[in-house]
Amino acid sequence: MSNSLSTRNRKSTMAQQPKTRLSASTPRLDVAHLAKTYGSGGKARTVIEDLTFTVDAGEVVCIVGPSGVGKTTLLKCLAGLQPATSGRAAIDGRTISGPPPEMALVFQDYNRSLMPWLTVRKNLVLPLRHLKLSAAELRERCDGALAAVGLSHADNQYPWQLSGGMQQRVAIARALAYRPEILIMDEPFASVDAQTRFDLEDLCLKIRRDFNMTILVVTHDIDEAVYLADRVVVLGSRPARVLKVVDVDLPGPRDQITTRSLPEFARQRTEVLSLIKRPA
Amino acid sequence: MRNWVIGIAAPVLLLVAWWFLSANSTDPFFPPLETIIVRFRELWLFEHFQSDVLLSLGNLFLGFAIAAIAGIALGFATALVAPVRWMMDPLIHFLRGIPPVALVPIFISLIGFGTQMRVTSIALAALFPTMIATVDGIRSVSSDLMDVAKVYRLTRKERVLDVLLPAATPQIFSGLQVSLQVAFIVMIASEMLGSSQGIGAMTLLAQQSFMTADMWAGILLLGVIGFLVNILFSLLRRKVLSWYIGSRRLARAS
Repeated sequence: MSNSLSTRNRKSTMAQQPKTRLSASTPRLDVAHLAKTYGSGGKARTVIEDLTFTVDAGEVVCIVGPSGVGKTTLLKCLAGLQPATSGRAAIDGRTISGPPPEMALVFQDYNRSLMPWLTVRKNLVLPLRHLKLSAAELRERCDGALAAVGLSHADNQYPWQLSGGMQQRVAIARALAYRPEILIMDEPFASVDAQTRFDLEDLCLKIRRDFNMTILVVTHDIDEAVYLADRVVVLGSRPARVLKVVDVDLPGPRDQITTRSLPEFARQRTEVLSLIKRPA
Repeated sequence: MRNWVIGIAAPVLLLVAWWFLSANSTDPFFPPLETIIVRFRELWLFEHFQSDVLLSLGNLFLGFAIAAIAGIALGFATALVAPVRWMMDPLIHFLRGIPPVALVPIFISLIGFGTQMRVTSIALAALFPTMIATVDGIRSVSSDLMDVAKVYRLTRKERVLDVLLPAATPQIFSGLQVSLQVAFIVMIASEMLGSSQGIGAMTLLAQQSFMTADMWAGILLLGVIGFLVNILFSLLRRKVLSWYIGSRRLARAS
């Protein structure tokens, strides 16, 4: 399970420029008055009204909101897949206008985000090919990523031969091998069973620790958001806007049993839940 | 296992039945199978193998290969390049409703004499099923997969060759299968109508000269060739699409 190799590598790249990243003035990810409207004129449908929040370097931020609130639209804007109608999203102060090189995305539907004609390892290699890495580094990155998600044994299998939870771990490994600085996950654990879900949540926290990534998770599961996040951005629905940003103050390292049984955990989740339940 | 046994036993039984039922036939239109097979061996395995059998097969494969490559390329251009799409869309909608075999008369009327013209008409007739299937295949590639390709900043070449092409391959192969049938039909038709060489020409000539056994031998050969070509094609498909066949089987089982 060790990924000492890749961790070391990551640390060496992080060491070169940590000061600018951690400065309080420029957040890693800055979303300011972002709005998205589909269509125009009478048929216009505003999905996102006015979103403002920030994510600092090394933070885990969860976005929660009722389903259909436009969370996926928000992620598509952040990932540069769709232009915002107004406002902006920026990484280190640079406005996102296309998929940023320092970002990776884990999609909700692992079924449709992995290439079924490629083996697990080749799925990991495909996004790396245009980076023109040496064969040794390519192998090291893939081995490290597979080890981090506990799938070293499966690298020659096809995704469809694996269980749902394992497929989602392949998708996460693909993101890790890409070595993003910002990892965005769109309801990553929504389609797996409860036990796998706990494992994947802990994997997410482990990635943050080991790889020092900035992680943004979209979820509709309030418990999950409170468990994972340093801060929870609570969205109100139709059109989406930020109701409140809740600072989660739970002692780390977090643990599925002890953390979830803390009175503080219950208080935080109640706070988030009442924000969502409250009539807008 | 049982499938295999039945698959082999059924045609063998049919041949045996044909052999015995036709053994003493004096009907000029249904000669004994023995006579047909003797003529088959004389005609196709020795006398006309090079001049006619190889010629027909060469035309078929060349025409089909051109159709496959051009069909896939045109399909990609149609699906990905807007001006090409505007040009081709009406044509595709027009052709989609017509069974590919119904186009054969057009190409037959275009057939001149000479190998080049025959290969051209085979290629032209067989091109459309593959092209249409390719367009459909590319359009049905899930947008999630393309989002993945964009987020991971795959180059345009990678997006086309490493994502769209493999994702569309199952549908492309369905198109190729139809193209192969059309190519086969046009091959025979082109020889029957515009040529003095080839299996089709020999078969028709035999029929016109009341050499019924030779005609049957020709039909038998066409059947055997069609059978073998289809086996070759499904072997190729099984190799290229092993991931697709495997995932489908697994999805059905669960």
